Formats: sequence, C-alpha cells, structure tokens
Amino acid sequence: MAKIKLSEKKIEELKEVCKSFNNDKGELINVLHKAQSIFGYLPAELQEVIAKELNVSVAHVYGVVTFYSFFTMTPKGEHPISICLGTACYVRGAEKVLEEFKRVLKIQVGETSADGKFSLSCLRCVGACGLAPVVLVGEKVYGRVSPEGVKDIVAEYGN
Amino acid sequence: MAKIKFHFLVCGGAGCQAAKSEAILKNFQDVIMERKLETEIQVIKTGCFGFCGDGPIVKMMPDNTFYTKVTPEDCAEIIEQHIVKGIKVSRLLYQDSGNHENGSGFKTRGLHKKQIRIALRNCGFINPENIEDYIARDGYQALGKVLTELTPEATIEILKKSGLRGRGGGGFPTGLKWEITRNVKADQKYVVCNADEGDPGAFMDRSVLEGDPHTVLEAMAINGYSTGADKGVVYIRAEYPLAIERLKIAMKQAREYGLLGNDILGTGFNFDIEIRYGAGAFVCGEETALIHSMEGLRGEPTVKPPFPSESGFLGKPTNVNNVETYANIPAIFLKGAEWFAGIGTEKSKGTKVFALAGKINNVGLIEVPMGITLREVIYEIGGGIKNDRKFKAVQTGGPSGGMLTEKDLDTPIDYDNLIAAGSMMGSGGMIVMDEDDCMVAMAKFYLEFTVEESCGKCSPCRIGNKRLFEMLEKVTKGQAIMEDLDKLRNLSNVIKDTSLCGLGQTSPNPVLSSMDNFYHEYLEHVGDKKCRAGNCKSLMQYIILAENCIGCTLCARNCPVDAIAGERKQAHLIDQEKCIKCGACMDKCKFNAIFIK
Repeated sequence: MAKIKLSEKKIEELKEVCKSFNNDKGELINVLHKAQSIFGYLPAELQEVIAKELNVSVAHVYGVVTFYSFFTMTPKGEHPISICLGTACYVRGAEKVLEEFKRVLKIQVGETSADGKFSLSCLRCVGACGLAPVVLVGEKVYGRVSPEGVKDIVAEYGN
Repeated sequence: MAKIKFHFLVCGGAGCQAAKSEAILKNFQDVIMERKLETEIQVIKTGCFGFCGDGPIVKMMPDNTFYTKVTPEDCAEIIEQHIVKGIKVSRLLYQDSGNHENGSGFKTRGLHKKQIRIALRNCGFINPENIEDYIARDGYQALGKVLTELTPEATIEILKKSGLRGRGGGGFPTGLKWEITRNVKADQKYVVCNADEGDPGAFMDRSVLEGDPHTVLEAMAINGYSTGADKGVVYIRAEYPLAIERLKIAMKQAREYGLLGNDILGTGFNFDIEIRYGAGAFVCGEETALIHSMEGLRGEPTVKPPFPSESGFLGKPTNVNNVETYANIPAIFLKGAEWFAGIGTEKSKGTKVFALAGKINNVGLIEVPMGITLREVIYEIGGGIKNDRKFKAVQTGGPSGGMLTEKDLDTPIDYDNLIAAGSMMGSGGMIVMDEDDCMVAMAKFYLEFTVEESCGKCSPCRIGNKRLFEMLEKVTKGQAIMEDLDKLRNLSNVIKDTSLCGLGQTSPNPVLSSMDNFYHEYLEHVGDKKCRAGNCKSLMQYIILAENCIGCTLCARNCPVDAIAGERKQAHLIDQEKCIKCGACMDKCKFNAIFIK
C-alpha cells in the first residue's frame, strides 16, 4: 500500500475525534466509525495516530479494523457499488448481477476502478428483501436489478 | 382549528424507502399545501407494514384503503380522486389474487391472514418519530404499572409465567435469564439490547426499531428495574442508519417525558440508555462476542461460563436480550402472562416474526402464532411459490439452520419441532426455494458466508469450514469423488462437536441437512456430473437446437462475450470455450431453440 502522509490539519482533526470520546480505548470502534466517516477509509497512518491517542498498540487498532467488515483500509470509489448477497437476493440471482458488474467495470470485489470512479463490494442483507436482488450505489438503492440492467445503472454515473 | 379528517400512512420502512417513499411523502405534503388541505389531512411516516414486495405502501385512514406500488407521481392523483372526489384510485389498489374484494384493508390481505401482531403491534400504525403516538397506543403504561405496582421479583415471576423465550435464536427462557442476573450481587449491572441482526435475509429487528423504537426502550427499562441495572446499551449494526436515527429520536423524547433518566415517573428509579455500534461481524450476535465488541475489542467469543449474567460488559453482570424479545414484553405486562401463554404451543409461547423471502409470491414480514405450520405460512400467507414453480425447500435459521422439505410442511413451527426436524428457529429468516435452486450450491452459499464470518479464534471453525467450503466447491464443479461425500459428513460432525461458540457449532447444519434431505443431488453432482436445478455452471452447457433455430441472430447480438457464431437464417452454434454461461441467449431466444444440457 502506498504510504500517505496526513497533513497537520487532518491529524489535529483526528485528535479532536479521539478527544470527543475522552481518549477512552473502550470507544475504539466509535472512534473508527467517526474517522472513517471523515476520511472515507482508515489508512495505516491514521491508525497510528488513533493508537497513540487512545494509548493502545497499533496492532490492537489494526486487529479491530481488519476484524470488522465495515472498516476499510482502501479508499472507496467516488460511487461505491455494493451488491447485496443476502440469501433472499442470492436465490433471486444476485450472483449473476455481481458477475455482470465485474465484467462491465473490469474490477473484482474489493477493488476500485482505475479512474477512481467506482468500487465494488458485497454486503449481506440491507433488509429490503422485497426488492431482491438489491444493489446500492452510494446510499441509493436499486431494487429488482437484472444483469441486463447493470449497464444502465453504471451509465447513470457517466461511464 | 378544523379537525383532521384523513390520515395518510406512508411506509417509511427500509424496503419502501429504497423504493422512494421519501419522495412520496414530500409530494403528498406539497400537494396538500397547494390545495390548502393542511387542516384536513395529516401525512404520517410509519414503520414497516410487512408487505415489502408490494412497496411503497400508502394506507388511507379512516376508510382503510390500501395503495400499493405507489410512485411519487401518483400523489396528486390520489388526493384529487380519493380525497376531493371520493373515488378510490383503482389501479393502485391492492389486488389479492383470486379475491376480488380489494384494497379494503389488513384483514383481507393474503399476507395478513392467520397473523397475530404482538411484537409488531405498532409497526405501520404509529409515527415512530413521535412519542405521543406510542403513548396513545398504551405506550409506557407497562413501565408505569411495573414501577408502581410490582416488585422486581413479581415482575420476573410474570415474565416466567408468560413462557417467553429468547427470539434471537437460542430460545432461552427470558424470565429465567432475568432472574439469574437479578440474583448476582454487584454494584453495577447492565442490560443490553442485541440489535446486531446479522442473519442474511432477516430484517425483523430492523423493522421493529424503525417502526416502533419506544417499545424496545420501555422493555429495557422494565428489564433494568427487575434485574437491578440502571444502565442500558443498545448494540446496533452501523449498516442500519435509519433505525439508529429513530432510536436516537426516541431516546431524546423519552428523556424529555421523564421516561428515561433519573427518577422515572417519580418513582426514584433511574435508568438511561446509550447506543454502541457494531461494524459488520456476524459472530457479534453471540453474547460474549457482542460484549467484547461493545468494549471496543475484536468481537471474539469466549468460553461460557462465566455467563454474561455473572460477568459481562466491563466485567459486570449483564443481561442481553434481542430486539424482538423486548418488543413482546410491554404487551405481556399490559395483557397478562395468561393471555400470552394462551398463544402458541406447549413449550413455545406467543408469536414469532419471520422475514418471508425468496421464491414466494408475498415477500414480507409476518408475525404468526407459534404452532402454525410451514404449509400455512408458505401457501396461505405467502401466497404460494412464485411463477407456480414447485416448492423444494425452506431454510430457517439462516446459516445456522437447515433445510426443511415437503415432509416437514405440516409440522407445527416451534423451537423444539424445528430442531427435531434438523433446523432451528434462528432469528426468523425464512427463505423459500423452488426446483431451480440447487441444494449443494445453497449449502456452499451458506458455507461461504460462514468462512467469511468466522472470527478465526478456534481452529475447527476457522480451518474446518474453509475445508468444507472447498469440498463443496469440488462437488459443484464436478470434480469430487464419492469418498469426498463421506469426508464432508465427517468433517461437518467434527466442526459441530469441537467449535467454541454457536457460530461454529451450527455452521455445518446447511451441509448436513441438505445431505440428509437431498443426498441424491449430491450423488448426481459427483456421479453423473449433473446439476438438476441447472444452477452449477461448470456442469452445464448451453446448446442451440439446430432444428428450432431460424438464424435470427438475436442471441449472437446479445451474447456479451461473442461466443455465438452463425450466418443469418442459418442455425447458430455456441463456442463452449468462450461461453461464460450467463444465459442471456436463452432469455432472448423467441423460438425455444436454446436449452441447457
């Protein structure tokens, strides 16, 4: 992974986040949620700052970040695409939809397209099983998606 | 001020929101303002009605009219026709197949037949963002009664008598759990609401929190009073932003009304609730893993005992209950333990909420009395199998459960019968499968989930499930030999017997139950290299039947990988090397010239 350097300002912002949770190590997950919502992802440099502030080892922070699927260490695309692979979506053909997205975007699950526009991920159940199969682009939900409809969804975001 | 004559109840559940119910809400309000009808019509955003397959749903009160699949563009017409002219918009009315009486309300809907709503009693009827609505439907009365009339011991006694068991999957008697926590002496205790709904295909907890958040808060306060805890924590998935938002609103309102905080209802009882977020880990549904996650650690389970009721959150006695369990509790204290115990079977009392999904006509959330049969659920409430296909199996209990088949259709559903049938109650996902679903592939699907979600702490689960998955992959690719099937069963039993927590102890269930019920499918995959459901790609070929093909070129033009060749007006041919088996050609062919071998 490319090494990035956090600006002083960003580091200050992050320290403020930790402080708002009283630098309590028990609040680590809440801190990470907040940090990811600000920075979009959780690169190693960011984890180092958090570890120092909460007075825990970097390994501990890294352990928690990699344990939970919600946290990511790679930046998401401008339009993150998530395909629901919950059981209801699966039996209604979500796998075919996923294959089509991979083919159209030429990326695998967990990757971001070269232009940084799209990233592809899978999730388990958004609770909209009535609309299965379901695809999320950002926060927008597309229901009853067919493999044929994939191109149209991608086209909406100008690709 | 003129009296409100009409109420529009617009479903704000996750499914309907995804289908633009926000825009519907806004359009209604705009049209109402435009026509100056604010004094007559009130628009309310409610929780889930339950028929998610027909969303977005709008219910008109007082005449109880049901509009389905409403679009934002329909709003002006509904007001113009329904309210101004008094004529129902017939094209949007709910159509019950075979029942011409339409749009007339809950009871006649196929989906609502045979249902009893206890946990979901307010979902779809109240505005979840307004505490007054909840109070108007007897909200917080149970808490008032418990605090002023009952001792903690008497409260627990009532709960024990009601027979309520944990709805998160385990089925542990709730009253007993409360009693154990009560009996532990400690300076600080906690009650925790487990809202980390991780079973893919189940969304009842989310619907309760989105549709009726106060019922959970009220029950947690009762839980706090009777166990001696003054702090509550809701552990909720970060993937449920709407539920979190409504929960926060509800907590704020409850504090303002003196129903949370210090000296609740002037009784001297203190109780407050905070929210902790999950971050996507199925194993956190397990109590000990959940508690570690609340402490900011990796959500790994630990050996029980000690049970959380002895040593839980921050080492203090902690009572963990699931959302749906809590949602039942205020009703039990209002209507009595006898009433609740009068519903259900001998050992499973009350109702259970199921998320009915998959190959079924009426997809949605249902609440049925324990003891109902699968046949009633699938055919009477669910309206049968989609596209009149043949029923094959239903999976209950999610990745921890098993597949139930034709022979189980008339078994009364309760905790013990489902276990006896090789499955389990689980949190309430109910996925219906038809003849187009391959049971080996289903088992593989669940194993893939388990492999991803295994926390890695114990080796049977971490390594064993991975090996199980690989073996299943061999079967679905036609590379397995007969010996592998024996290995599959043996390894499944080893994982079940030796894993540390509930995740590993139940993860082989989909494999075992599919082997028990559909062994012939395994044999076909291994011996004949054939998948009867046409699901396993490696085992099938798309073939063009030359005598039916007229050479219209439609298939060739739609093939995404240019695997189809042939002259116009001549029979085409599929290059099996290039074919990715997407099936686009077969979907497009108008002459039934393409089939799967």
